Amino acid sequence: MSAFMTKTLKIVAGLTVAFTLTVGTQALANSGGAKEPEDHGFTFEGPFGTFDQAQLQRGYKVYREVCSACHGMHLMSFRNLGQKGGPFYDPKYKNPNDNPIVKQIASEFEVTDIDPDTGDDIQRKATTSDRFPSPFRNEEAAKASNSGAVPPDLSVITKARAGGANYVASLLAGYQDAPAGLKIGDTQHYNPYVHGSLATQWTGDPHHVPQGGVLAMPPPLVADKVTYDDGTKATLKQEAADVAAFLEWASDPHATERKQMGFAVIAFLLVLAGLTYAAYRQVWRGKH
Amino acid sequence: MSDHPSTYTPATGIEKWLDARLPIVRLAYDSFIDYPTPKNLNYWWTFGGILSLCLGVQIITGIILAMHYTANADLAFDSVERIMRDVNYGWLIRYVHANGASMFFFAVYIHMFRGLYYGSYKAPREVLWLLGCIIYFLMIATAFMGYVLPWGQMSYYGAVVITNLIGAIPIVGPSILTWLQGGFAVDNPTLNRFFSLHYLLPFVIAGVVVLHVWALHVTGQNNPTGVEIKSKEDTLPFTPYATVKDGLAMIFFLIVFSIFVFYAPDAMGHADNYVKANPLQTPSHIVPEWYMLPFYAILRAVPDKLIGVLLMFAAIAVIFALPWLDTSKVKSMRYRPVMRWFFVLFVLTCIGLGWCGGQLPTDMVFSLTNDKHGNPIGLSVVLLSQILAFYYFAFFLLIMPWIGLKEDPLPVPASISEAVLASHNKKKG
Repeated sequence: MSAFMTKTLKIVAGLTVAFTLTVGTQALANSGGAKEPEDHGFTFEGPFGTFDQAQLQRGYKVYREVCSACHGMHLMSFRNLGQKGGPFYDPKYKNPNDNPIVKQIASEFEVTDIDPDTGDDIQRKATTSDRFPSPFRNEEAAKASNSGAVPPDLSVITKARAGGANYVASLLAGYQDAPAGLKIGDTQHYNPYVHGSLATQWTGDPHHVPQGGVLAMPPPLVADKVTYDDGTKATLKQEAADVAAFLEWASDPHATERKQMGFAVIAFLLVLAGLTYAAYRQVWRGKH
Repeated sequence: MSDHPSTYTPATGIEKWLDARLPIVRLAYDSFIDYPTPKNLNYWWTFGGILSLCLGVQIITGIILAMHYTANADLAFDSVERIMRDVNYGWLIRYVHANGASMFFFAVYIHMFRGLYYGSYKAPREVLWLLGCIIYFLMIATAFMGYVLPWGQMSYYGAVVITNLIGAIPIVGPSILTWLQGGFAVDNPTLNRFFSLHYLLPFVIAGVVVLHVWALHVTGQNNPTGVEIKSKEDTLPFTPYATVKDGLAMIFFLIVFSIFVFYAPDAMGHADNYVKANPLQTPSHIVPEWYMLPFYAILRAVPDKLIGVLLMFAAIAVIFALPWLDTSKVKSMRYRPVMRWFFVLFVLTCIGLGWCGGQLPTDMVFSLTNDKHGNPIGLSVVLLSQILAFYYFAFFLLIMPWIGLKEDPLPVPASISEAVLASHNKKKG
């Protein structure tokens, strides 16, 4: 039976691989109901990419003046802004708590604390070790101010969304008027980059449901919403890219250090592999 | 090997003193220096050593993570982020641990497929195989509970889906479920017990690994020909021959490992797990880690929950029974021209099941046309899962026993050294 079976099985195995390749590529092409995020060519992309400090500073400004009205970043402390790789890092101040810009920024905020003498609730000036204050006292207050939707915390947002910084930037600059035939609620806003299905809200041809979804956040950015200190023109795309870069840094503050260490580790392992291979050849000579 | 006499001679006074009281140096010498290994082992055999490296890395990084982690439903997510941000090199330790789990499973799957291809489970290595299966099962349990600890959305809903499987057992299921979860839903008590068990099980694994290595050293290693060791000509001492080869393979493995840790640390994770667990907001698509996707596909292949659960556990149980399902007299598939191709199909099936496990069951693999309601007609993911799950079980339960009896194996070399010589002459032409 062997020869016939072997031949048949070879054909079956070959066909399976061919089938997987054709169907696999087709399935990939069909996937996703949202528009593919635009590639912003961020400086931090790739194995040697690093953050652009000027961009992080601009991005922090956008966050502070626009996003922070509704979105907290509860994992971030003011001192983080001055740590190595951060927006206001200054090699003169190894300890970010000594950094005058960071101190200045912290002092512009008030945080709730307890008076150590009386135990009463008080408001005091923030220090560099304080966390970014949250815009709402609690989740209920956040819901009440945002027609029932809680604005997500932005501390790790670029890691928490497939597509990362490119997705965040595309979404922020990508709001469009809802296509005719799409039923949109009063508190909903159409965005082609949002993941979701619009099938139930679509009254047109069921084969051509528009890409994207709806979200509760109205378009937060317009051109010249902020005035950049470095003179960069504040176009909508520029603001979106800058704040996305800042959020990427906040989500992954050790990214640069990680990539640099990886380079050293892999270089070391390659040298070690070369030496071990030479030892292996020597040991096994004539034994194979 | 058990019939290999110990050649250790204590050289110094202290070694002689210790050898007469606890011959632990002798044990190490006999096991890792003088131990005779077949001289024809290929690189697929280096994964045993790689796996012990993986276990060591996971235990060391895990102990450090546990120093900084807080097992509490309100604090766990932020404590993991604190490790990533504020603990010195915490990001490195956590990324090594998280990606280490994936690397561990990658290595164990190669190790298992190697055993399957070369018949390493066949007599006299049945107990060795069973111990390996137990390790694999414990690895699944440990990895699953570890994934719950960061208390992200996938952690939480993964725990919900998997613990609820127990609830499918008739009559006693719901009571056992409440007992396992420590309440009526996955919550703080579940997280606490998972943390406790996630810390315990790796040491249980380490214990079973000791038994696994012990069993290995009793029977001796299998080898690519599947022919047992016949003379000293067939073997080389473990050190330096196997150590240098294992070492080289480990370094290459670590390079791949490093690429993930340093350049794609979240590639094998899921974005939703960076969102803190929210019991009121179910993610649109709940998926386990990649190494459990084939079993997840089998679970979802059947519409009935209880049968799905039973089949999923059967898919693991059947691996335990393998030594008694294979009827072939020849161990290595090198000399099994028919079975070899069923093996290739089996590997493709496992990969296919893994792919299915990552899709929505209602998704289409491809659609030929639409029916009059606009629903696609074609091959759905659930149908493909059913076909592949059928082959998965057929491979063990039908093909293994049947082909073993029917197949005409190729001539097997008389000894390992003869096979080595033959391949030498072939290379020279």
